[in-house]
Amino acid sequence: MAENGWHPGLRESATFDRGTIAEIQRAAREGIYDIRGFGAKRRVPHFDDLLFLGASVSRYPLEGYRERCATDVVIGGRCASEPLRLDIPITIAGMSFGALSGAAKEALGRGASEVGTSTTTGDGGMTPEEREHSETLVYQLLPSRYGMNPDDLRRADAIEVVIGQGAKPGGGGMLLGHKISARVAEMRDLPAGIDQRSACRHPDWTGPDDLEIKIEELREITDWRIPIFVKIGASRTYYDVALAVKAGADAIVLDGMQGGTAATQEVFIEHVGIPILAAIPQAVESLVELGMHREVQLIVSGGIRTGADVAKALALGADAVSIGVAALIALGDNAPEHDEGYRAIGSAAGYYDDWHAGLDPAGISTQDDELASRLDPVHAGHRLANYLRTLVLETQTLARACGKSHVHNLEPEDLVALTIEAAAMARVPLAGTSWVPGSGG
Amino acid sequence: MCGIAGLYTKSPALEAQLGHHLSRMLEQLSFRGPDSAGVAFYREPAPEGWCKVSLHSPVSEPGWERVSDELARAFGEASLPSVRATHATFSIAADAERTQAWLAEHHPELRLMSAGQTIEIYKEAGPPRRFIERFALAAIGGSHALGHTRMATESRVTTEHSHPFSTGLDLCLVHNGSLSNHNRLRRVLERQGIRFQTDNDSEVAAGYLTWKMREGATLEEALEGCMEDLDGFYTFAVGTADGFAVLRDPIACKPAVMAETDEWVAMASEYRAIAVLPGAEDAVLWEPEPGRVYSWGTTPVT
Amino acid sequence: MAAPDATRDATWSVDLATETVRALNARLHGEDCPRHVRVLSPGGRHAIAAGLDAPCEVEIEGHVGYYCAGMNKLASVRVRGNCGVGVAENMMSGTVLVEGSASQAAGATARGGLLVIHGDASARCGISLKGADIVVRGSVGHMSAFMAQKGAIVVCEDAGEALGDSLYEARLYVRGSVASLGADCVEKEMRPEHVAQVRDLLARAEIDDADPADFRRFGSARELYHFKVEHLGSY
Repeated sequence: MAENGWHPGLRESATFDRGTIAEIQRAAREGIYDIRGFGAKRRVPHFDDLLFLGASVSRYPLEGYRERCATDVVIGGRCASEPLRLDIPITIAGMSFGALSGAAKEALGRGASEVGTSTTTGDGGMTPEEREHSETLVYQLLPSRYGMNPDDLRRADAIEVVIGQGAKPGGGGMLLGHKISARVAEMRDLPAGIDQRSACRHPDWTGPDDLEIKIEELREITDWRIPIFVKIGASRTYYDVALAVKAGADAIVLDGMQGGTAATQEVFIEHVGIPILAAIPQAVESLVELGMHREVQLIVSGGIRTGADVAKALALGADAVSIGVAALIALGDNAPEHDEGYRAIGSAAGYYDDWHAGLDPAGISTQDDELASRLDPVHAGHRLANYLRTLVLETQTLARACGKSHVHNLEPEDLVALTIEAAAMARVPLAGTSWVPGSGG
Repeated sequence: MCGIAGLYTKSPALEAQLGHHLSRMLEQLSFRGPDSAGVAFYREPAPEGWCKVSLHSPVSEPGWERVSDELARAFGEASLPSVRATHATFSIAADAERTQAWLAEHHPELRLMSAGQTIEIYKEAGPPRRFIERFALAAIGGSHALGHTRMATESRVTTEHSHPFSTGLDLCLVHNGSLSNHNRLRRVLERQGIRFQTDNDSEVAAGYLTWKMREGATLEEALEGCMEDLDGFYTFAVGTADGFAVLRDPIACKPAVMAETDEWVAMASEYRAIAVLPGAEDAVLWEPEPGRVYSWGTTPVT
Repeated sequence: MAAPDATRDATWSVDLATETVRALNARLHGEDCPRHVRVLSPGGRHAIAAGLDAPCEVEIEGHVGYYCAGMNKLASVRVRGNCGVGVAENMMSGTVLVEGSASQAAGATARGGLLVIHGDASARCGISLKGADIVVRGSVGHMSAFMAQKGAIVVCEDAGEALGDSLYEARLYVRGSVASLGADCVEKEMRPEHVAQVRDLLARAEIDDADPADFRRFGSARELYHFKVEHLGSY
């Protein structure tokens, strides 16, 4: 058989392709759904399908260096007396200690702090190391409430009420027994080594009317100092954003279907939620109708990889973006130097997504002390800082080319689309035309 | 997502203050329901053989007196309109069915909000406090009333999307929660001849009750049918000619508090809406169990 | 707002008919909060005495709304009335005593301390409990102790449907009837140490008319601790 699998006389089915066949065989063997980490892997309309209209005769670009293109952002000023002031419009998304090693969480904190941005805790609560190494730390309130306590709430710089995430809107957290180390178990009040079952709804409120009361309680406990974010997986985004605003959110975190997870069912990752490209315009429309665009900040995530993605998200109306998978890759996930280690566990560098298994040779998605010790948090933190700086420089390059002195001045009219789907989802015209499919209603 | 309230008076003395107390309950529920508000009052029965209807006009000069004249000519007698903001209530010397048919033919621009002997439904988009003022709710008396403040989940904020929804003569529904199978159910009910004005999930629940009772079910049986045929989260309060009924879904995440004194029975999404009622500190308080129909009134629901 | 008396032992009274919950809570936070507090006219307001973190005593005269004493630490809070959703949610330590009845999710995710309800608790009492103790003199509603991980719940009367569904290591004691047990929750033997635990909790809850020996114990069968497809029906 040839390298690309083609052989004359053999015809692969598009419906039952080799991957599908392998999965059915696996299900027949094991009798349970496939669980993995990472985000949606199949191709969906994304930022790559959008292009910027750079300066030409009618528009003039900014010079680099002398002519500033500012990148700062203030998040959460609606009700909080101490909003977040970030140097760059890129934050690190919520990922749990438990899903990630302590070294990885430390590295994320170091890297983010080096460039003046925030990190976010995850489903396991706040570790002292993360608080120590993150200059700005957002503390998640999840349905599970593992490790939740008022001291961490007051130590946090913002609170993020998690309703869902892009990989699994409507699902709860998942952590399998081999990652429930003694320390993780203690933080989560669970017996060590068992498979964690997580709730998908919050225990003490259901619905935006009662969320409003919950947010009020969180403000009371923190004396109205810090911002309260609401995080949603992209689904019925137009309504979700309106409800989050009505419930009192200071900022909305919107995670598209490409968003990563440490562990969930493959079918959930690939078949629930909408691409971030389709969600952002809905969110912005909702905010604009409520008179809240730029008053309630919009942070978007789910497949942010380059400064082009950042710039396009901002042009569509986001105030900032958040990175998860990309941050882990910057730390060293799926790096070629670990290829041998990946192959030893049935994968390969560039393909590894079994983050739920806790066997990560890069020391990132594992609780094994020996594996985790392979990650040097200082070095990895620098790598993350490098990557973040690169994203910012790329974003500024594109913004300057569009004549913007602040990245927030990017707007949808700076964009065109390469495909009909992307044009319809992003609500920008197909390149070379004035046609926005579906805009008639 | 929303706030709902119900107040049933046990003593005639309280009837004159019904609107005053319901208004205060709605104010307490305005945080959880800022988008629109609505009420159903049960009061001033139409004479024997007559019916009462509440109508909404989308235009600012609806010419209610002219409508009244036309009704009187068509049916022999009709009252002058009782106007509240964008709504007007009429009593007509005919049964509700004939009246509704006539209105549909001669004044399709007017939206029928309620029909029956005693019921009057008023509802509008906009903040609850403004609704209370515009409709002068505090001055309305009656035997019992339901109220609703709305936080729209998946459908638009308009008058017709607001609650209560009429489900039959002297019957109406208010809903706190979110249904998950209402779209398919709406299509099933449409094929059964039930007509819908909106894409609102609560309207489907109201239409479902109307349909079940049209097919011969008692209100209690229709509510029990909800547990089989509706999916999602709900606290329902249903207004009837004699009182009201309450039902929570079997999972019962959406709140409901009941209270009773010698003077009244009340229901609300939050206790603080009950706290404003006279004698609330000493009321017997309880929460309805999930999956069980509760009802109050002079005649039983079955 | 009237300042509290200079002497720590004096009781500071605050009337929520004229003061805001926000001002009340702000004054109660921090180590120099007044040690004895009386709250009047709670009127069903939310988040009263939420986020306390010092050993003060707070008495609330009337009914409260949601999240009363939420995330309580070290304080003793007494509600002379009923409470709304989530009383003492995520409590860390201290005591919360409700003389009336409690609405849903009483003691939700509480990690330490003692919650006492002299009336009934509604659905989901002790949901996701993480180490606190809850004593209910009356009955608890359906789905109580759902996913309860650690701690103990003592119910002097009855428990509603699906008690202890998806239970971890929390201990449940019920004196009256149990409408039904949730997934993986089973009745277990009452041994002397369990009787002793119930006796201790009843005493701390100021309940002296219940015999610890009359209680039955319920706990996790631990069949759901590892994903097994044979348990498909339970998920």
